[in-house]
Amino acid sequence: MTKTYDFPNETGKYGEFGGTYVAESLITTLEELKTAYKKAKEDPEFQREFDYLMKEYVGRENPLYYAERLSEKLGGAKIYLKREDLNHTGAHKINNAIGQGLLTKYMGKTKVIAETGAGQHGVATATIAALLGLECKVFMGSKDAARQELNVFRMELLGAEVIKVDQGTATLKDAVNEAMRYWVQHMEDTHYVIGSALGPHPFPEIVRDFQSIISHEAKAQILSKEGRLPNKVVACIGGGSNAIGMFYNFIEDKDVELIGVEAAGEGIDTSKVAAAINKGSVGIAHGAKMHMLQDENGQLQGTHSISAGLDYPGIGPEHSHLFNTKRASYEYANDQEALEAFVELSKTEGIIPALESSHAIAYVMKIAPELPKNDIIVVSLSGRGDKDVEIVKAELEGRNND
Amino acid sequence: MTKARIKDMFETLNHSDDKAFIAYIMAGDGGLDQLPKQIKTLEDAGVDLIEIGIPFSDPAADGPVIQEAGIRALEQDTSLKDILHKLKEIKHDIHVPYVLMTYYNPVFHYGLERFAIDSAEANVSGVIVPDVPLEEEDELKHALKNTEIAIIRLATLTTTDDRLEKIAEDAEGFIYAVTVNGITGSKSGYSQEVFDNLKRIKSKSRVPVCAGFGIASAEAAAALGASCDGVIVGSKIVSYFHNNESEKIKALIPRKTAQHAK
Repeated sequence: MTKTYDFPNETGKYGEFGGTYVAESLITTLEELKTAYKKAKEDPEFQREFDYLMKEYVGRENPLYYAERLSEKLGGAKIYLKREDLNHTGAHKINNAIGQGLLTKYMGKTKVIAETGAGQHGVATATIAALLGLECKVFMGSKDAARQELNVFRMELLGAEVIKVDQGTATLKDAVNEAMRYWVQHMEDTHYVIGSALGPHPFPEIVRDFQSIISHEAKAQILSKEGRLPNKVVACIGGGSNAIGMFYNFIEDKDVELIGVEAAGEGIDTSKVAAAINKGSVGIAHGAKMHMLQDENGQLQGTHSISAGLDYPGIGPEHSHLFNTKRASYEYANDQEALEAFVELSKTEGIIPALESSHAIAYVMKIAPELPKNDIIVVSLSGRGDKDVEIVKAELEGRNND
Repeated sequence: MTKARIKDMFETLNHSDDKAFIAYIMAGDGGLDQLPKQIKTLEDAGVDLIEIGIPFSDPAADGPVIQEAGIRALEQDTSLKDILHKLKEIKHDIHVPYVLMTYYNPVFHYGLERFAIDSAEANVSGVIVPDVPLEEEDELKHALKNTEIAIIRLATLTTTDDRLEKIAEDAEGFIYAVTVNGITGSKSGYSQEVFDNLKRIKSKSRVPVCAGFGIASAEAAAALGASCDGVIVGSKIVSYFHNNESEKIKALIPRKTAQHAK
C-alpha cells in the first residue's frame, strides 16, 4: 500500500501548521532532539526497550472493550472503548512519557521537566523519572494545582518537585511558558517532556508517534473482533495527544470518520470554553502555528473547562491540518454533558472515566442513538476518573442546590 | 529610508569610536499616553536606539520584569494597533531610530501586509521577533520586502558556526547577540565564553553586533560593548520607569558617565 499521508515535512510542517516558532536559543537543542529521535526511531534496541516497558510496566496492550450495556441503552451503534484508563498511572499520558524518558537517556541527559494541566502528564513524567532514575521538575499552574491537589502530592511522592506557576492565567498555557523558560536555561542536561502533541517541531511528531500505539492496537483489535474497521473513531481534545494517537493509524482509511471532541465549557456560545477549532482562529504560540483562542489583538485567551486536562487555548498543529483538509472533524461537548457522561458510564458500565474522556463519551451518547445498530464507534477512554471524583461530587451537589 | 537610519546611527558612532546604547521599553506600561514622555526621557539620557516592546499574553522568552510589564500594559488594553497609531502621531518628535520587539502572534493576527504598511507609516526602522527564527522568517520577510524595515536577527551562545553564517548572510540592521542561555533579565556573570562568542559573531557579521539579555549596569555595558558595537538594556530600564526612577537611566550608559567624568 502506498503511503498517502506523510506529515510533518522536513521543516516540521503539517500543511501550513506546525513549524519551529521558538527563540534562537532553543534551535540547537531542537536540532539535537531531532537527530537523536531519528536515530532512536531506527534503533531496534530503543524500540525493544519501549515495547518492553509498554508491556511489562504500563500493562499494554490494554483492551478494546465492547460497552454492551451502554450501546444497548443508547439503542444505536456498537460502542467500543479503548481502555487507556487501565494503563499504569491511569491515562494515555504514560505512553509518551516513557518514550520521551527513554529518549532523554538516549541523549545522555539526566533531568526532565514537564508541564501539566490536570496532573496526569505530571504524574506520568514523575513516574518515568522514578523508573529511569531521572531528576524531575513539573510546572503546574497554581489554579490547576489547587483543583488537583492529590495529583500534586502524587508527583511529590514519586520524587518530583512541583513548581507552581502564578503567571498569566495560572493554568496549563502558563505552565508551558514557564517550562520553556526553564528549559532554555538548562538545556545541557535537561529534556523537556512535552505532554501533548504540541510545541515546536519535532515535539508534535514525537508525541504522536509514541501515542500512536493507541490506534495501532485498536485497529488490530477491532479487525479481530469485528472483522472490519469502525465507522467512527472518537477522542476528546485538549492539546490533542490522545486524539492524534487514536486517529493516526486510521488516517489513511478514508472510510473511517475521525472525530475530535473539544471542551465547550459553560456552553459553545459563551466565552467560557476551551474549543480551539470551534471558537478559535489560526495563530502562533508555544512554538507552532495552530488554531487557538485569541482576542482581536492576538492575545491568547483564558479558557474554561470542568476538565483541567482540556483547559488549553490551542490544539496540536496536526489537528489543525486534519481539520483544514477535512480529514477529521471537530465537535464539542460542554461541562454539563461531560458530567452526565461521567455519571452514565459509571452507572452503566462500572467504569469511571476521566472528565476529559467524558467529553468524548458525551458526544458518543449524542450520536449513537441515531446510528444504525451495525455501525461501530471506537472511542478513546483516555483516562480514569478517580482524580475527578471530588470535583464531580462538588459539581453535582452544587447543581442540585441551584 | 529607515534601514539607512540604523546604519547611519552606527556609522556616526563609529566615527567617534563610540558604541550604541539601546534601550528597551514596554509600550503601554504605565499607559500608552506615557510613551512620548518615556521616549523623550531615553533620548535625553543619550540612548541611541529604542526597542519598543509590544505586550503579549504568552512571553515565553521573557523573565519576570518584562513579563510583569507586559501584564500591566495588557491590563491597560494596550494593542499593537494603538501603539502603531501613537508612533505615527509622534514620529516627527522622535530623533533616534526605533524598532519594535514583538512576539509573532500579535503581528500575524494584525495581518502581515497591514503591519508592513502601518509600521512603515509609523517610521519603524526594524522588527525583532524572538519567536521567528531563520526557519520561519519567509512570511514576514515577504511582507516587509517593499519597506525599509529591517528584520533584526538573533544569535546566541549555542548558535553553531554554520548557522551563524546563514544568519549573518543577509542580516539587516544589526545582529542581536544573546549573551546568556536564557531569558531576558537573567542574571549571571559574563564568562570568557561570552566575550569569545561576541567576537565569533562579530567576525562573521557584515552588520553591527549588539549584545543583550542580562545587562544591568554601566560596567557590564562597557565590558560587553568593548567586544561588539553596542549593548541592549531591557529589564533594568523597564524597572526604572515602573518605579519612577527614570533619572537613573543615564547612569547605565557608559559613554555618558565617562563624558560626565571628563
